[in-house]
Amino acid sequence: MDLIRRTLLRGAGAGGALVAALAAGVLKPTAVFAADWNHGAFEAKETAATLKALGAGTAADSKDLVLNAPDIAENGAVVPVDITSKIPNTVSISVLVDKNPFPLSASFDFAEGALPDVSVRLKLSQTSNVKAVAKTADGKFYTVQKEVKVTVGGCGG
Amino acid sequence: MADPMKIRAQMKGDICDIKILMSHPMETGQRKDSNGAVVPAHFIQTISIDLNGKRVIQGQTGTSVSRNPVFGFKVKGAKVGDKITVGWVDNKGDKRTDEATVQ
Repeated sequence: MDLIRRTLLRGAGAGGALVAALAAGVLKPTAVFAADWNHGAFEAKETAATLKALGAGTAADSKDLVLNAPDIAENGAVVPVDITSKIPNTVSISVLVDKNPFPLSASFDFAEGALPDVSVRLKLSQTSNVKAVAKTADGKFYTVQKEVKVTVGGCGG
Repeated sequence: MADPMKIRAQMKGDICDIKILMSHPMETGQRKDSNGAVVPAHFIQTISIDLNGKRVIQGQTGTSVSRNPVFGFKVKGAKVGDKITVGWVDNKGDKRTDEATVQ
């Protein structure tokens, strides 16, 4: 009887310590950055749902967001895309491919010192719009898109 | 453990141009092998870039980033000799960190 009580108490003590450690360390990620992979956004299967998961449901078109991608990609497995934001205080850029099984390809957060300029190579399953979404420090979203024609798909095969 | 990354960090005027080549299969989970079995997804989920130990860029990637991903970034406020540290973690928990010096 007494032994069980002690074990329970010891267990509770250890559990408490773990909670304290979590609160002190793990639950305090680097302030600016989203620490975890955004499951909701990356696993969304439609562009609208992806944008919603990113919080960018009402993104406005912007000419200050520049998306460079080829008009025609011979190989959908490697499509170079280059995105530059001239919008002041851009803190994050995401890249989406409308017709891919999961539209969201990548998302980048920028801290002090980094320019909102990123190049990445994407897979396109078929001819699709490639969309960039920029987020500013005050929580506004801007978007731009371009159609890329694909002759050989980058998924399956 | 995955192969080392290739990182090039070069000053162009007052901007440091960073190019990274990661060695990773980036399996989408959609592809089937010759026996018709689905190849499980295996892809990089998060990447990070530190300048002299301070995080400047953090990225999240999905399955539609190309195999052996190449990334290009630009950072200001760097100088020749500064240290760039790049890290990635994939969906199986594999990770890799490599360093380069700004040239």
